[in-house]
Amino acid sequence: MKVKAGSVKIKLVNAVFMLIGVLLLSSCGKVSNDSVLTKGIIYCSEGSPSTFNPQLDTSFITIDATSKQLYNRLMDFDPTNFDKIPALARSWHMTKNGKLITFYLRKDVSFHQTDYFTPTRNMNADDVIFSFNRIIDESNPFYQSVAGKFPFFQSIKFSELVEDIEKINEYTIRFRLTQPQSSFLTNLAAPFGVILSKEYADTLLAQGRDLTELDSKPIGTGPFKYREYRSGSLIRYVKHENYWRFDVQIEQLLFNISPGNTSRLTKLLTHECDVIAYPIAMQEIASRKDLVLEEVTSFNVAFLAFNTQVPPFDNPLVRKAVAHAIDKKAIISAVYYDQAEVADSLLPKASWAYSKNTNTIEHSQEKAKLLLADAGLADGFTLDIWAGSIQRAYNPNALKMAKLIKADLARIGIEVNIITFEWSTFLKKLAKGEHQSVLIGWSADHPDPDNFFSPPLSCASLATGSNRAMWCNEEFDQLLKQSLATNDTTIRKKLYKQAQQILAEEIPLLPIAYAKRAQAKVAEIEGNILTPFGGISFENVNKKALQ
Amino acid sequence: MLNFTIRRLNLLFFTLLMLSIVSFSLSYFFPGDALVNLSGEINADQQRTEQLVELYNMDKSVFHQYTAYIGQIFSGNFGISMSSQVPISDELHTFLPATIELCLAALFIALIFGVPLGFIAAIFHNKPLDKIILTFAMVGYSIPVFWFALILILLFSITLSWFPSSGQLNLLFEIEQVTGFKFIDILLSDSEYQAQALKDAFMHIVLPAIAVATAPMTIFIRLARTSMLDVLESNYIKAAKAKGLSQAHIIYHHGIRNSLVGIVRLIGLHFANLVTVAMIAEVIFNWQGAGSWLIESIFARDYTAIQGGLIALASFTFFINILADFLYAALNPLERHKKHGA
Repeated sequence: MKVKAGSVKIKLVNAVFMLIGVLLLSSCGKVSNDSVLTKGIIYCSEGSPSTFNPQLDTSFITIDATSKQLYNRLMDFDPTNFDKIPALARSWHMTKNGKLITFYLRKDVSFHQTDYFTPTRNMNADDVIFSFNRIIDESNPFYQSVAGKFPFFQSIKFSELVEDIEKINEYTIRFRLTQPQSSFLTNLAAPFGVILSKEYADTLLAQGRDLTELDSKPIGTGPFKYREYRSGSLIRYVKHENYWRFDVQIEQLLFNISPGNTSRLTKLLTHECDVIAYPIAMQEIASRKDLVLEEVTSFNVAFLAFNTQVPPFDNPLVRKAVAHAIDKKAIISAVYYDQAEVADSLLPKASWAYSKNTNTIEHSQEKAKLLLADAGLADGFTLDIWAGSIQRAYNPNALKMAKLIKADLARIGIEVNIITFEWSTFLKKLAKGEHQSVLIGWSADHPDPDNFFSPPLSCASLATGSNRAMWCNEEFDQLLKQSLATNDTTIRKKLYKQAQQILAEEIPLLPIAYAKRAQAKVAEIEGNILTPFGGISFENVNKKALQ
Repeated sequence: MLNFTIRRLNLLFFTLLMLSIVSFSLSYFFPGDALVNLSGEINADQQRTEQLVELYNMDKSVFHQYTAYIGQIFSGNFGISMSSQVPISDELHTFLPATIELCLAALFIALIFGVPLGFIAAIFHNKPLDKIILTFAMVGYSIPVFWFALILILLFSITLSWFPSSGQLNLLFEIEQVTGFKFIDILLSDSEYQAQALKDAFMHIVLPAIAVATAPMTIFIRLARTSMLDVLESNYIKAAKAKGLSQAHIIYHHGIRNSLVGIVRLIGLHFANLVTVAMIAEVIFNWQGAGSWLIESIFARDYTAIQGGLIALASFTFFINILADFLYAALNPLERHKKHGA
């Protein structure tokens, strides 16, 4: 008996060693053919979305994570000429006076089937009407469930603009506007105009479930459907089998939330991420054969926004002094590694409304000092600059930029404290206007120039908390409104020129740079992910089989 | 033994009391409203605020508030996280097991390498091998974990591609979270990729566990060495030698057993150290544990999470210490009769 017990012991020990041996040996082979691994893509994103419904948030993290993955819009943008092309709407028609817009919908669009909702019918006019009615109808329970907070739609005054939405038949709807608006169609094609399922909303109501589930447990028509979300860690999407546009190639789409840019780079180098947002060390990535660097000119601008409601920046002279003191060229080379252009207007050069002769503010310490003396602050003062801790499309390193500005301002006697928070806290505090000045920026949601003025600087946006300068100017707002009221491009261009002149005089914010948006991926990934507008899209993406 | 138990429980009670007082007072020391800091409910409406005031006795004296706070802690309510609005207890349940898993793996590595190396050094006392092992221990002890972790990633992940650099499991494996311990969850799941997932989880834990294990391992080397030297110099070993027992026999039958007793207790003492090191390693290896969660909470100014995390991690470490003391007392009868606790 004793001998037998001993041999059992030896066998056990052997088994353990074999297990370790197998594990070690198998670790050497890099290539694995596990289908669960080859049929899925891991995207390393820079932050957590604040919601799963882009109607409720304008931040690019939320847009990237949700808009083109989970949902569709009535129209999309052509990636080359930025024209509107059909999506959920087969076609549309606008009357001559610009007040009636009719959409003819597709009939073959199915909603996601998940463990929390099973659709019984395809998308129809009711869903489209519901999606927009929840924004304009204050008695709608889904308006109340989010306390009416639709920042993008509030900033374009959507509820004042739309008189009603009429159902013509099962697959035709008509918007009736109170006045014509040139950017209306473009706004609907922006990433916020997503179509939700009315049937899902009705189910939530009927079953007495928490109404915010409409936005936190999303149901859409997009190429992927929601499976799991762990705050600050991951989002798991799976393929929507009945996607109307085509058969999606990948089974799983993972968002690995990695705020640190060095950790994203490491994960790309070790192939733990297939695609990463906002890469650093671009030369290194471009030089490697197993990795691909992609860039797209995106409509964005980085700026320093002054809180115009509190001293010292309630005084335009101080804003102008700071504007003169900052050396933008040095910032372009040190922060962007020359992957950007010096910005002299809020509007990027690629926009048709950009006007060249806005009076630029040159870099001059003498002028800055004189202006400070005029403002009665010749002895200098202390100033807080807030800078975000994560990379943005318009600003790869806000902290570094803040340090450069700190050095620039020290030369004219202003002492700068740089303040930073974790990103979502940062945005919350900004919305409350707790800052003196902040380094932030704007990425366009769609090509209409209005998108650069109304959401970040209008009086309406001051109320919604997306106006970082806390600035409201009647004349400026009037110009924006006039421009929206007409479809004549020459008139609009003239009005936007005047608007830009007001900005150049008032300087509620100082434009710094227009950046390109970059992304890096492993060579096995095929398909376009970056788009010029409205966030990334994974619907066309495939992973090549490994040899 | 009764005396010993009472003394330990006394210590446990007063430490936890102090800890809870510190944690409670933090809600007043942190900026903002004490009630919001305690509950974490930043978006509470009028009605909910009234409920919370009643729950935490905020309208009564500080002493009443403290007792209400303790009551809530004992009923498992740590408030909700200010940034994610998820109950802290849920977050702890998610993240603490990951930390424990990492600490256990590291402790295992530290013990199976550290203790034998220490014994070998003692056996070859003052010989070259002893010097080499001691040098190794000194170097290992002096290397900061954040640097060592980065070197491990650079070498084994980026250059050699042997091990992944971050996380606990390839995210494409969909494993339902039950216990929070990745290995147990994988074994519990009925995933068709169970074996692959298990292997993947193993590959993920290797580097962080080595990084965390290094510092404690060097401590164990030196402890084991000292402990073995003490034993080898004691009279009963001399007596055994005089009886003509072989050196190998003496070490195997008397040396190892007796010197292990001294080490058990020190494992408990060094567990606190291990948790601290693990917190740093978690951030570097993107390990979704309580350490990286706590550090993220500090960045997010999530005061409720900081409070809850502090009290949970501190009590956890302290319980381990007490547990090790009991284990030691059970193994070593001499300890039970000591007049003064260590």
